[in-house]
This record gives sequence, structure tokens and C-alpha cells, in this order.
Amino acid sequence: MKEKLILIGNGMAGMKTIEELIAKAPDRYDITVFGAEPHGNYNRIMLSPVLAGEKELHEIMINTTQWYQDNNIQLSIGNPVEKIDRAKKQVVAKDGTTVSYDKLMLATGSDPVIIPFPGHDLDGVVAFRDIKDVEMMVAAAKSSKKAVVIGGGLLGLEAANGLLKRGMEVTVVHLMDILMERQLDAVSAAMLKSELEEQGMKFLLGASTKSILGENGKVTGVSFKDGSSIDVDLVVMAVGVRPSIALAKDAGLDCERGIIVDDLMVTSDPDIVAVGECVEHRGDLYGLVAPLYEQGRVLANYLAGDKEPGAYTGSTVSTRLKVTGIDLFSSGDINGDDNTDEIIFRDPSRSVYKKLIIRNNQIQGAVLLGDAADGLWYLDLMKQKTDISDIRDTLLFGQSAIGGEASSSNTADMPMDKEICGCNGVKKQTIVDTILAKGLKTVEEVKAFTKAASSCGSCVNLVEGVLADTLGGEYVAISLKPLCGCTKLSSDDVRDEIKQNKLTTHAATYKSLNFSSSDGCPTCRQAINYYIHALWPAEHKENPQSRFINERVHANIQKDGTYSVIPRIFGGVTSPDQLRAIADIVDKYSIPEVKFTGGQRLTMLGVKKEDLPKVWADLGTHDMVSGHAYGKAMRTVKTCVGDKWCRFGTQSSEAMGVTLEELTWNVWTPHKYKLAVSGCPRNCAEATIKDFGVVGVDSGWELHVGGNGGIKVRETDLLVKVETTAQVEEYAAAFMQFYRKEARYLERTAPFIERVGIDYVKSRIVEDELGRKKLADEFKKAHKNSVDPWKEQIANGEGGHEFTPLYTVTQNKEKVA
Amino acid sequence: MNSWINIGRIEDIPRQGSRVVKTESSGDIAIFRTVSDSIYALNNKCPHKGGPISEGIVHGEQITCPLHNWTFDLATGEATGADKGATGHYPIKIEDGEIYLSLSVDYVQ
Ligand code: SRM
Ligand SMILES: Cc1cc2nc3c(=O)[nH]c(=O)nc-3n(C[C@H](O)[C@H](O)[C@H](O)COP(=O)(O)OP(=O)(O)OC[C@H]3O[C@@H](n4cnc5c(N)ncnc54)[C@H](O)[C@@H]3O)c2cc1C
Ligand code: SF4
Ligand code: FES
Repeated sequence: MKEKLILIGNGMAGMKTIEELIAKAPDRYDITVFGAEPHGNYNRIMLSPVLAGEKELHEIMINTTQWYQDNNIQLSIGNPVEKIDRAKKQVVAKDGTTVSYDKLMLATGSDPVIIPFPGHDLDGVVAFRDIKDVEMMVAAAKSSKKAVVIGGGLLGLEAANGLLKRGMEVTVVHLMDILMERQLDAVSAAMLKSELEEQGMKFLLGASTKSILGENGKVTGVSFKDGSSIDVDLVVMAVGVRPSIALAKDAGLDCERGIIVDDLMVTSDPDIVAVGECVEHRGDLYGLVAPLYEQGRVLANYLAGDKEPGAYTGSTVSTRLKVTGIDLFSSGDINGDDNTDEIIFRDPSRSVYKKLIIRNNQIQGAVLLGDAADGLWYLDLMKQKTDISDIRDTLLFGQSAIGGEASSSNTADMPMDKEICGCNGVKKQTIVDTILAKGLKTVEEVKAFTKAASSCGSCVNLVEGVLADTLGGEYVAISLKPLCGCTKLSSDDVRDEIKQNKLTTHAATYKSLNFSSSDGCPTCRQAINYYIHALWPAEHKENPQSRFINERVHANIQKDGTYSVIPRIFGGVTSPDQLRAIADIVDKYSIPEVKFTGGQRLTMLGVKKEDLPKVWADLGTHDMVSGHAYGKAMRTVKTCVGDKWCRFGTQSSEAMGVTLEELTWNVWTPHKYKLAVSGCPRNCAEATIKDFGVVGVDSGWELHVGGNGGIKVRETDLLVKVETTAQVEEYAAAFMQFYRKEARYLERTAPFIERVGIDYVKSRIVEDELGRKKLADEFKKAHKNSVDPWKEQIANGEGGHEFTPLYTVTQNKEKVA
Repeated sequence: MNSWINIGRIEDIPRQGSRVVKTESSGDIAIFRTVSDSIYALNNKCPHKGGPISEGIVHGEQITCPLHNWTFDLATGEATGADKGATGHYPIKIEDGEIYLSLSVDYVQ
């Protein structure tokens, strides 16, 4: 007969242990689970995003009741166990059910501390621990305006953030002068405070609550020991938790602050084990998921009868704050003492603060605010007790600063035994093996099979990176973010559907993909327009009303409603005729300003809308065409003078620039697209911050991709080195077509390449010669069909209504126009 | 004074688009035609920074300003979402496909 195992506490630690146990020894136990809450097992951590409205309750369930059935587990919910009879080896639940056990597991978690201030039992005082609390707060936020959160720790701030996002006015009351004093020092706490203040949160620090005020049994305010008080209608108490050990104590198990367990998680009764927040191990209590899951793994091994279950020896923990827009990491001893050194970096204008505490050349603690990308790396160094003397001078600049290449966000360079998911202790090796063994294709599948990124979610980018590295070209990146408010589908999903179902109109797309609105919103209208255009060029019928004004009237709208006109000046090489023509036009239409742009050409600023067609016509008589300065299209090809004049020039960069601009102009792209050609590696045309950069060297041309000079500067990656002009053209066309087809709308080449990886780009453009030629051909075809939009507009007068008023009302109401 | 001015036909405005009526007394007025052929008239001046809302994208019964994406309800001229503000709106009447505009302002900011 099978042994009987009972779990008390249907929470994160207990159920994790059960999951691991049945994976190892599916037939060993008859399992019964008792849960006090009336739900299946859910991801408690995610209550914060649920409160903030960023996630829904159904998204945070870990195991459905069906799952328990499928695994032959007896589940009793909303039914707390009230008594353990160790002599009879039985437990008695609230509804009277009595079940006997061979092994009993306690995972009762913690209870929130409610300080018994006068008024603590009023209606409108709530803790932040479970679904019921969140439901109560969400309901309160609908009808009430003001909330106080007592407690400025992690939970208090996440509660305050959630209520703020739900439209409440929130004040955080904290006894100390430092927020999150267990995780932050005075400087970082002050910086965090001011960032949260910017988001609208208010604070009363060093404030000692006296009582909660009420009327008719409902909260109306909070008063403080200094005599002051504030009016509120909701009080959230987030002052800490206390291990839930009453049941264990009653049963006579050894308890201190928690239930005492050994390194195998066995209590003072050999048949009773315990795991999670309710236990005390070697004098320590843990309140975060990562260490609890480590305990669970050892316990599962032990219960499965493993000969070498391993031993739980304690954990180094780290904390992140789950407030959108705030990047905070903290771990270990953050204040140090006389025998420690501090290494500190502080950039107040970027709100970045980093501090490491070092003892005997080992990291003891880390606080990162504003840029926490290297948190896991520091945690690793701490856990491994790595001697950092060799990297001490660059340590604070992160993993990317040592050895040049490796970066904490670059999963390809990470060693296989590197831990990717701290919560679930999943190593890169496990993820890679599981992807290959099970043929996984999406992040969701990786989450389901490996549990990585399924708890706090902060490693989801790393998991996506590992998936992309492992699958290479096969990987279809999924962005979980919906394209816009009209749909739940991501930008990628929408593009895939358009491709697979051959959707060639907006109306068909909206209908077949069940968008919530029949003509969408500005975001999806423009994105769908682009996808149809790029995927079904022959079928696509342009609907100007789904384009942004600039692309509709082929000019850039200015703050006063006038427009700028920028004619194309191929390769930046102009002529007296062009310059004269522009000068004449500026005079003729009284254009207020003419200026050299940063893209090596002239812009006429302040052109009236009704003059646009006339200005274009005049430019056309001098063979000047649209410069697409307004478009998601190729903008400019910047050049330097090159070997025609320059004493260092090795190649004809001017000529190459003109060739490339003629090849690539007038084709829509997901985002703007810029090129540059330099005649030698001095690189005066700044080719290495362009989408496609060409640099002449003695023996030919280096081709670079994915540069960006705008909001976030990114240097290009070297794609390949080639010798002839024809090769440069082929690569330029192929890469641009590849980008047109595979990038998301509004994704420039820099983020696109960061997402798919330069190796993938090389595999498609450099290594696959046939594929490259095919892409280049496709591009040339797309290009051949297009005519200068200005000329087109003038020739067919289509859209002419844009430039004339519908009607003009004069005093005597005669129709003038 | 509530006299109707015939400003043109529905087909003169592209579906999901707009045209401008110029007036001496009330400045530019944007006339919108939605996907379902409803016609609306709003003061062509965004309450945010004066952007010409006639140049925005029409979606549903709303218009999004081209300059900084404020979105307005076409029927009332009121900003939607988190933004607060409104632009004047004018009565419209359609007879046999002809659009009539009245210059009496329903809402003045
Ligand atoms: C006119 C010009 C500034 C000038 O007076 O020199 C300019 C003007 C504008 N830039 Fe620019 N950018 C101009 C060169 C640049 C450059 C320099 C360059 O190309 O070498 C950059 C950095 C290089 C780069 O793009 O990587 C640049 C990075 C941006 C960005 C940030 C893009 C990014 O990926 O981070 C924006 C915002 C955007 O596109 O979303 C922007 C957006 C704009 C817009 C379109 C803002 C807008 O939406 O109205 C401006 C329109 C002005 C107009 O009416 O034409 N502009 N802009 C330059 C036109 C070049 C041309 O001949 O077409
Ligand atoms: C809002 C919030 C945000 C958090 N954010 C993070 C975070 O970002 N990162 C992180 O690592 N941790 C976070 N935590 C902490 C984390 O959720 C807990 O450490 C973890 O859930 C503890 O697991 P546990 O199984 O020990 O306890 P629990 O998950 O609390 O499970 C215990 C369960 O036992 C039940 N129970 C108690 N007594 C009985 C009984 N007698 N009979 C039957 N059932 C009983 C309880 O009702 C409860 O459902 C957060 C916690 C909260 C509340
Ligand atoms: S940097 Fe570009 S976007 Fe900013 S003001 Fe200048 S032209 Fe406009
Ligand atoms: S002017 Fe209309 S949104 Fe700014």
C-alpha cells in the first residue's frame, strides 16, 4: 500500500515541494492537501501586479483544481486544519474531516502582523497577504479616495503603488526615517522616496501611529503620537509577518520564532516535516520564494526516498521591488561595518545609485537603484564567495566591463551552470536541455516546463534570450505586450496572422482577429497598414487615413501646423542648380526658414499646407524628389568626401553613398532607416551609429548594421567585409528587406538586432547566400514599383482634398473656395 | 442666430478623414467623417497646444491630435482618458447627403 502524505497549507512552498515530489516519485504517496484559502494554489508574489491592475487573478493561478485531480491529489480548500494528533497520526480539519498520515508536511506560511492600535478592527483596515485582501482593496479603491499604508517596507510600497495606480491618493506612514531599511541605506532610500514621490506617492517618515479613527464602525482617519492626524477611508497594515506556528505549537513540536527543522526539513517529530515561511532553520527565517523553493527541493528529495537528498544549509537572498518604472535590487549586508569597504557610484541626474560592500575581497552586500541589470551577477559572486581583487576597479560597472564581451544580459555568453531564475533555482543548462528535449518554442512553454520566470518574473528577458540562442533562426520572438488596447494579440501575433491568413485589408484583419473596435485606434491602424504593405505589396491598397499625417501629406507637421519640406540630396552631394532652385522656392513662397539638417541636406521650414503641392511641383522641375524626412522609410545616406578629395581616403564614399541612396530610397520600413558611408576608418560620416553603415578600408568595404544615434545610442555590429560595389548593394538590399519583413512596426534596427541577435542576422544574410540573393531580389522588386510620392501626388491629384478647404464662410456666407 | 450653412456633400470628405471649413468669425472648423459616415464639426484647435486636430487619425467616434496624441470625443469635443480639456463643437445636420453646419457654438471653452 502507498504511504499517506498530508500537506497542511496550499501555498507556494508546500505545493512546490509536492510538484517536485510527484515528478520524482509519482506513485509513492497518497496525497491529501488542506488549504485555508478557498482557492487552488496561486503565485502570491504576483498579488502586487494584480493590485496595480497589471495582471488579472486568473493569470496568477499556479495549479488549477483540475491539476490536483489529474495528479490524484485530494484537495480540500477553505478548510483549515485545526488539530494535529501526533499519537494517532491524524489531522482534524475545520469541517470535522479526520485523515491519518504516515508523513505530515506543514507549510502554513505566515500571518500578517496587525498591530492592535485602537481601531485596528474597524471596517476598512486590511492587511496585504492574500487574494481576499487584494479584492477588498480593489473594491475600496472604487468607492474611496484616500488610503494610508502603514509600513514602508517592500510590501507596504508595493501596496501603496497598487492603490496609487488604482487612482487613490496614498500616504505611506513609516516609523523609521529610511524606507525599506532592511534593504536600503539612507542615500538609496532617499532616492527611492523621491522617485516614488514623482509618481504621486506621499510619505510620512519617522511617524508613529497612535490610533485608527472611525465612525459607525468604518475607518475615517489615522492619528499620530505627535498629535497630528489625517483623514482616510482605507488603512493597509503592512508592518511585517509572523510565522504561522500555532498548530505546530499545539501539537508540541519544537518551535522558536518558527517551527524548528534540521537540514532535511524534518521537525522534532521524525514523521513531520515543514517548509516555507513557517520554519526556522539554523536560527534563520526566510520570507522570499527563492530560499523556500531551495528548501522544497531538498525536502522533495528526502520524501521521495532519495539516498542522497542533499542538505539545505541556508540561503543568500536578494530583493527586488516590483514597482513598474523602478529598478531596485538589494542583497546581503548593505550597511557594512568597520571592517568593510564600500564602493559607491552615484549619478543623481540619471537616478542611478550602486553600492557594494566588500570584506576580505568578497562582496558582502549590494544595493542597486536605477540600473539593476547586474544584480544577479553580484549575487552570484556573493554566493560563490569569489575573490574580486582582480576586477575590483571595474566591478561597479558591471559584468560587461570585465573582459569586454560578457554582459549580464547577454545570455549567449553565460556559462551553462549560471542560474537564470533565482526564485526557482533554474540554471541555464536546465533550460537549454528542456527546450531541446521537449521541442519548446515559446517563453510560455519554457515557463511551464522549467518553472523559470514563473514566479517573480524578473528574469523573463534572460529566459527569452536563452530560448532565442538555443533555437537560433527558428525562434519566433513573442512579445507578450498587446499591440494596443483594441486586442490582446501582440504585434508579432498580428503580423503572423496577417501573413498566414492572407489578410489584405484593415477591415478583414479587425474582423478575423476579433479586435474590440471595427476601425481600431491610431496605433493598430498604422501598424496593420505597415504589415499588410510589407507582406502583401501587390494586394495592399493604400488607405491614407491609416497613416500619420506626415506620411499622408509627405511632409513633416510642425508645432504651428505648418510643414517642413526636405528634398532628397543624394549622398549629400548637391549642385548650383539645386541650391538656386531651393533659394528661389524659399523666396517665392515666403518660406520663413531654410536650414541644413543633421542629415546633410536642406530643410524648408514653415511651409503652409496649401503650398505643399506647388513647392513639390517646383522642386520637381529641377528633378528633386521627396527626402522622406517624414517617413518610416529610408531617410538619408550620409557620406564623407572620400578618396575623391581627402588625403586619407581609401574608397569612393561619395559615389557609394549616391549608389546606395538610389538603391534604397522610397521604400517603407518598420521605422526610420539611415545609412552612411565613410571613405576610411576615421569614419567622418559616423557610419557606426547608422542602421546600415559602410566603411571603406584598403581592401574593400566593411558593412555594419544596427547602429542608432538617437535616444539610446548603439554602436553597430560588424556584419561582413566585402570587396565590390555590387556586393555592397546586394547586402544593403538584403538586410533592408530582412528588416522590413521581420522587425516589429516601430522597432528600429538597433532594438531589432538586440532582440534577435547578430548571429541570427548573420545566419540569414551572410551564411545563407541563396537566402540573401532572394531577399535582395524581393527588395529590388518592392523598390521598382514605387514612384516619388510628391510626383505621384501632383500627377493624379489624389488626396488633393487634403490641401484645399472644404468651404470658406465669409461674413455674408458666400462660398469662396 | 442659428442658420444652417451648406458646406458640401458627405463624399467630399474621405471616410475616416476630415476637411477644414474656414470662417472669419470662428476660425478653422474641422469636419470629420467616421467609418460609419457620421459627420461631426469641432473647433480645429487642440486645447493642449493648439494643434490642428483635422490632421489627426479618426477612429471610432474619436480623433487623435497629430501633435501629442490627445484623443477627443467627436460628439462632445472633450478629451478622453487622462487628459483634461475640450474643444468647441458645432451642430451638424445632414439632408440628402448634403452637410449643413451651424456656427452657434454648443460649447465654448
Ligand atoms: C530636421 C532634423 C533636425 C535638424 O534640423 O537637423 C530632425 C528633425 C526631427 N527629428 Fe530627428 N532630425 C534630424 C536628424 C536626426 C539625426 C541625425 C542623423 O540622422 O544623422 C538623429 C540621430 C540619428 C539616428 O536617428 O539614429 C535623429 C534622431 C531622431 C529621433 C530619435 C530616433 C531614435 O531611434 O532614437 C527622433 C524621434 C523618433 O523618430 O521617434 C527624431 C524625430 C525628429 C522629428 C521627426 C520629430 C517629429 O516627429 O516631428 C523632427 C522633425 C522635423 C521636421 O519637421 O522635419 N529624430 N534625427 C534632422 C533631419 C535629418 C534629415 O535630413 O532627414
Ligand atoms: C504581496 C506580496 C508580494 C510578495 N512579493 C515577493 C517577491 O517579489 N519575491 C519573493 O520572493 N517573495 C515575495 N513575497 C513573499 C512570498 O509570497 C512568500 O514568501 C511565499 O508565498 C511563502 O510561501 P509559503 O508556502 O511559506 O506560504 P504561503 O504562500 O503564505 O502559503 C501558506 C498557505 O497555508 C495556508 N494555511 C495556513 N494555516 C493553515 C491551516 N491550518 N490549514 C490549512 N491551510 C493553512 C494559508 O492560508 C496559505 O494559503 C510576497 C508576498 C506578498 C504577500
Ligand atoms: S532634437 Fe530632433 S526632435 Fe528634438 S527638437 Fe531637435 S529636431 Fe525636434
Ligand atoms: S496640441 Fe494636440 S495633443 Fe498637443
